Amino acid sequence: MTLDQLEPGQTGQIRTIAGTGSFRRRLLELGLVQGTPITRQGSAPLGDPLTYRVRGAILALRRSDARVVEIER
Amino acid sequence: MIALVGNPNTGKSTLFNGITSGRRAKISNITGTTVSGLVGPLELDGQIHDCLDIPGTYSLAGRSPEEWVATRAILGLDGKPPPEAIVLLADAVRLERSLYLALQALELNIPMVVAVNLMDEARNQGLTVDLEAISRDLGVPVVGISARNGDGLDALRTALAQVIADPAAHISSPRHGWSPELTTTLDRVTALLPDRLARHGRALAGVILLSLDDPGAKPDPDIPVDAIRELLADSDDLVVELIQTRYRWLDAHSPGWRDAPVQSGATLSDRMDAVVLHPIAGTALFFAVMGLIFTALFAWADPFISLIEQLFGAIGLQVAAAFGPAPSPMMEILRDFIVEGLIGGVGAILVFLPQIALLFFFIGLLEDSGYLARAAHLVDRVLRLAGLPGRAFVPLLSGYACAVPAIMATRSMPRFRDRLLTMMVIPLTSCSARLPVYTLIISALFPVAIEGFPLPIQPLALLSMYVFSTVVTILASIVLGRLMLHAEETAEFIELVPYRMPSLRVVLGSTWRNAKHFVEEAGGVILIATIVLWAALYFPRVDGTDLLTPEVVAEAQATGLDLDEVANGLALEQSIGGRVGKAIEPVIEPLGFDWRMGVGIIGAFAAREVFVATMGLVYGIADADEENEALRTQIATQRRPDGTKVWTPLVGMSLMIFFALAMQCTSTLAVLSKETRSYRWPAFVFSYMTILAWVGSFTVYQTGLWLGYH
Repeated sequence: MTLDQLEPGQTGQIRTIAGTGSFRRRLLELGLVQGTPITRQGSAPLGDPLTYRVRGAILALRRSDARVVEIER
Repeated sequence: MIALVGNPNTGKSTLFNGITSGRRAKISNITGTTVSGLVGPLELDGQIHDCLDIPGTYSLAGRSPEEWVATRAILGLDGKPPPEAIVLLADAVRLERSLYLALQALELNIPMVVAVNLMDEARNQGLTVDLEAISRDLGVPVVGISARNGDGLDALRTALAQVIADPAAHISSPRHGWSPELTTTLDRVTALLPDRLARHGRALAGVILLSLDDPGAKPDPDIPVDAIRELLADSDDLVVELIQTRYRWLDAHSPGWRDAPVQSGATLSDRMDAVVLHPIAGTALFFAVMGLIFTALFAWADPFISLIEQLFGAIGLQVAAAFGPAPSPMMEILRDFIVEGLIGGVGAILVFLPQIALLFFFIGLLEDSGYLARAAHLVDRVLRLAGLPGRAFVPLLSGYACAVPAIMATRSMPRFRDRLLTMMVIPLTSCSARLPVYTLIISALFPVAIEGFPLPIQPLALLSMYVFSTVVTILASIVLGRLMLHAEETAEFIELVPYRMPSLRVVLGSTWRNAKHFVEEAGGVILIATIVLWAALYFPRVDGTDLLTPEVVAEAQATGLDLDEVANGLALEQSIGGRVGKAIEPVIEPLGFDWRMGVGIIGAFAAREVFVATMGLVYGIADADEENEALRTQIATQRRPDGTKVWTPLVGMSLMIFFALAMQCTSTLAVLSKETRSYRWPAFVFSYMTILAWVGSFTVYQTGLWLGYH
């Protein structure tokens, strides 16, 4: 499954981040590497971006960007 | 030099203020970029070192020239020697992420002290951090600090002094090994580098490898990017492996660095987010905060702006009085130059300060408290329609007060692509200097009510101008974003940093530096522009009373105008500005404008509201503002020789469209040039807006004529 499919409160482990480019590298360098637990928090009032807790930080990702992150539960 | 490196939002500015003599810190523009760092004196054992505060970063591999600042400074790529030591600021709660940056820097063989900040925040979350364990694992001194309270700063100084006294002993070897495949690749990349860069070995090769798939990254002109790309054509996963190797090392060691796992949820920050990001409460708070900022810029700044204007007016009068009642012609020119050019010009610089100071004060408070990131998060969905990130909201909103502070405020946007796009469209937002122009035109030319139409016309016309400006800003952003800046990715994340009590000292410090920076950087251009525009409307000197024909005198007496002022208006017609106004008449005639409006448009380059005063001059009314009844009457009753009216509602509409779209503010251009470090971008903004304005007015006027309005 992909990161955008996590419901609030659910936790998954990062598998891979699809694609190439600076966005993927950026997320990897923030520690979203294979096996890292990530928990969905909530979202902005308009339903997008979505918020996640990972390695003690809260990140807001647009739904379309969260879709490139493969996770497993 | 000592470099201060760390992730964004780890309290770097606070630490910088704490360990340097912050008041003597200077914004320093970093070569070849639009980024500015802070340099301040840091005293160690009686010796003064320069301390460079490098903009916060998550990685040494930047995505744009701006983000390469840290790496370039650390490697000494800009011809300056590399720093004697790095203070790597880590975050006690988010240790792995901040020490990822430490691992990257360690590979570069620079003496380092790790300062673990936010020890108090960690304690509040029930975490104890074992500094000795971190020091043992990293092989460099580690000091725990709390920059806000000033805890641990002396220990940091001591550690830093020891490192500088014996740098060799404080260089740690790389902590983790690379796989054989990665080692080979890094060595092959190194072999492609010129000697100057190759001496940094695998560490720099690793940084280059990471940045390679970024179109915006160009760390050094000597790096053979294409050759390296070719070498790595089918080994994309090396990037992942490089990063994962470091995180594997961090994850293997981090359990020994703290005695409890980072707990999830239920911190004070989370409870606050439940309100701040709540669909109703959060939205209400957002509008309240943005309303406050806008009120501050629009209303609170006003008394200060008036005060500055009055002060410079009074100084001008005093200086003028010193020249006596009847100076010689030369002395008269000198007097007018000093009063209107110099004193007026300095005043024209300083009037921006109240808005700049207020805006940077609020941005500082919001940024440091953690709210600015949340505000960007809340509006991200909306701004995405315009191809902009949520961070563009505050600068765009500020544009409705004044483009100058608004353009400066884009500095809070981390990505240059977004920043540039925002800066290019900010001048289209309806700034407060357009308001007097709209007010004059609407009140002089538009009816109060139209029979059969239920709403009052004049307020509606003004509101339409704001709606028009907003729509055009959004459209321009979409079009420019697609046309010019399409190459870069748009994916982005926002880190919702923990809420923190902002430090007034840090916020006031940055407010002061930004205000000072504006005066130093843009002041000169604004002063010169004021003097040039003054000269254009002043020279050549003509005595207007010689131009008074009996018909003009009779007309002036009939309308009750002062003859001297009418004479001044005639002299203005002979000035350079007047002649340029006449020369451009063929160009602006299809828009419905006559040469007088042309002069007004030229005068408006000093500031858009000057249009009103210039119209006053042209029509022989001294010191006119937009509320001036005589000016409104003059405008409404002007007729061409053939008896038709010069100013019709259609002309008014065309002129307002022109003012909404044209780039007529030299101060904005000056700031754009300073912020982009180029003449190209301001030239582009000037061109696209001028063309847009001409086409817009042409369309409105000609369509109006075609529909039978005159």
